Amino acid sequence: MDPLLSDVLFGIFAVILGTAATLGLYWLLDRLVHLFPAKLQDRIKSLGFLLPAATLLILVLVLPLINTVVWSFMDDKVKTFVGFDNYIALFTSPDFLNILFNNLLWVLIVPAVTVALGIMFANLGNQVGPTREKIFKSLIFMPMTISFVSASTIWGYLYVNPAAGRPKIGLLSALVEFFGGTPLNWMQIDTGRLNTFLLMAVIVWLQVGYSMVIISAGIKAVPEETIEAARIDGANGLQVFFRIIVPQISATIMSVFVTVLILVMKVFDIVLAMTGGNFNTNVLAFEYYKQFFVDSNLGPASAVVTILLILIAPLMWLQIRTVRHQESLR
Amino acid sequence: MKTFMNKLAKLKIGSTLALLILTGIWSIPTVGLLVTSLRRRDMAEVSPWWDAIFKPLEQAWSIDAYTNSLASGGMFNALVNTLVVTIPSVILPLLVAANAAFAFTFIEFKGREIYFAIIVGLMIIPLQSALIPVLRAMVAFQKATHIQLTGNFPSAWIIHCAFALPLAIYILRNYMLSLPSSLIEAARVDGATWYQIFWRLVMPMSVPALASFAIFQFLWVWNDYLIAFIFVGEQKAVMTYRLLRMLGQYGEGWQDVAAGSFISLVLPLIIFFSLQRYFVRGLTAGAVK
Repeated sequence: MDPLLSDVLFGIFAVILGTAATLGLYWLLDRLVHLFPAKLQDRIKSLGFLLPAATLLILVLVLPLINTVVWSFMDDKVKTFVGFDNYIALFTSPDFLNILFNNLLWVLIVPAVTVALGIMFANLGNQVGPTREKIFKSLIFMPMTISFVSASTIWGYLYVNPAAGRPKIGLLSALVEFFGGTPLNWMQIDTGRLNTFLLMAVIVWLQVGYSMVIISAGIKAVPEETIEAARIDGANGLQVFFRIIVPQISATIMSVFVTVLILVMKVFDIVLAMTGGNFNTNVLAFEYYKQFFVDSNLGPASAVVTILLILIAPLMWLQIRTVRHQESLR
Repeated sequence: MKTFMNKLAKLKIGSTLALLILTGIWSIPTVGLLVTSLRRRDMAEVSPWWDAIFKPLEQAWSIDAYTNSLASGGMFNALVNTLVVTIPSVILPLLVAANAAFAFTFIEFKGREIYFAIIVGLMIIPLQSALIPVLRAMVAFQKATHIQLTGNFPSAWIIHCAFALPLAIYILRNYMLSLPSSLIEAARVDGATWYQIFWRLVMPMSVPALASFAIFQFLWVWNDYLIAFIFVGEQKAVMTYRLLRMLGQYGEGWQDVAAGSFISLVLPLIIFFSLQRYFVRGLTAGAVK
C-alpha cells in the first residue's frame, strides 16, 4: 500500500480508536469508583475524572522535569555525576555568557515593545467605527496564525541580500539603498546586535495582534462613567488615557507582558530558521537544541534547560498570583 | 459649515489614515510572500517582488511554485502528515482536560486548590525540560516491547496532549466556574451521578470554551516544529520540518519556499477567519476578568 495512504488510514483509525478508548477509559473509571463502598466512594469520586490527566502530567511533565534537573549534574552520556561541573563550564564560557546576554536583550525589548504597540493599536482601533476596527484588528492579528518557521521564511526573504552583482531582491536592502546606505548581509551583522534586533522584529510582528486584542478588550471593559467624570473635570484625551484607563487595565497589561515574556524566554524556532544560532544570535533554548542534537551532550544540555527553568520559575509564581487575584475578583 | 465639520470629524480621517498605514506595514511580509509564490522562477530571482505589484501586466504569473513544492518539495505528503499529527493532538487533550476541569470545578476533594495552583504553575514549563528523559524512556520502552513510538505519530500525540493539559484545564475550569451551579445542584438532587452530570450537562454547556481551546491547540500543534522534529522526524515529516529543509536546500528558490509557506498557512487562515470570535474569546478568557 502507498505509505501516504496507510498514514492517512492510520490517522483516521487513531482518531476513532483513540477517542473511543479515552471515552471507554472514563466510563471504566466511573464503574470502578462505583465498586467501592459508598463512604469510600464519596472520597474517591474525583479520581475517576482526574486520574488520566494526573498520570499524563506526572509521566510526561513532572518526572521528566525532575530527571532533567538531576541529569544536569551528570556527564555528556549521563553515566556519572560530575557535581556542578556543567554549570561551572557554562558560566566560565564567554559563548554562554553571550547567550545569556542575548536572552536578556530579548526579554528587555520584545515584551515592552509588544505591549506598547498593542496599547497604541488598541487605542487607534477603538477610535474608529466597529467595521473599520474589525477589519483593522483582523489584519494585525492574522500573523498570530503563522508558524515561527513560516514567519522566518517570510522575513528571511525581506532580509535577503544576494551576493554583489546579483539583483537586489530583499526589501530591507532596497530600502537602505534608497536612503543612500549600503546594503549588507543583514543576518551576519552583529555590530550593536543588529541581527538579533532584526530577529526580534519577527516575533513582535507575530505577537502584537495578541497584545492588541487583549488590551482592547480590557479598555472596553473600563466603566464609561470614570472616563466621563474625568472629561467633565476637563481632562484631555491623553490625560484620560494615562490617568484613568491605564490604571484600570494595569492587571491586563501585566498579564500580556508576562505571557509574551515567557514566550520570548523560550524563543527558538526563529533563531534556528534564520541564523542557525550563528553570528552571535544564539539563545538559551537554541543552545539546548545544539548541545542535545548536534553535540549529544546530554548533561550540559540538561544544565542549559535547568538554567532556563530557574529563570522562568519566578514568573511561575507571578502567574499563580495573577490567577489567584483574578479568582478573588470573581 | 459646522455640520460639515461635524460629519468630517465623525469620519475620523486621521485615525483611519493611521490605521491604514499600520495595516499596510503589517501586511507587507505576507503580501511579499504571496506575490513571490505566484511568480516564475526566472523572474523571482532577478527582480524584487514589488516590481510585480507596480507592473502587474509585465509579469509572467504562474502557479508552478505551488505544483513544485507540493510534488517535488514534498509539501503534499507533509500536509497529510501534519493533519495526522494535529487532529488527535487536539481531540485527546480536550477530553482529558475537560474531565479534569470538571473535577476541579464541581467536586470537592482534599487539596483541590493546591493541585490547581500546581497545574497553573506547570503552564509555563518549557517543553525542552522534558524532552530528553521522555525520548529516552520511549526508546527504552521500544526496546522492551518492540512497539515503535518514536519516528511515528503516537509519540507526538502523547507529548502534545500532556503539554496542552495545564492551559486546557485552566481555560475550561475558568469557563465551567461561570456555569450556573444551581443547575448542577438540581441534577444532584434528582439523583444524577457525576458521570452523567459531566456528559449530559457540563460538556454540552461548555462547547464555546471547548471550541476556543481547540482552535488554540490546533494552531499550536500545526505550527510546532520541535516536537515534530524530535518525535516524528524525517520519515513522516510535517510541514514546518519540510519548509525548514527547503529553506536550507534551495536558499535561492524563494518562490517554492514561499509557495510552501502559503500552503501551510491556508488552513490556519480559514480557521482563523471563520472562528475568530471563539479565538478571541479564548484569548481573553484568562487575561481579562
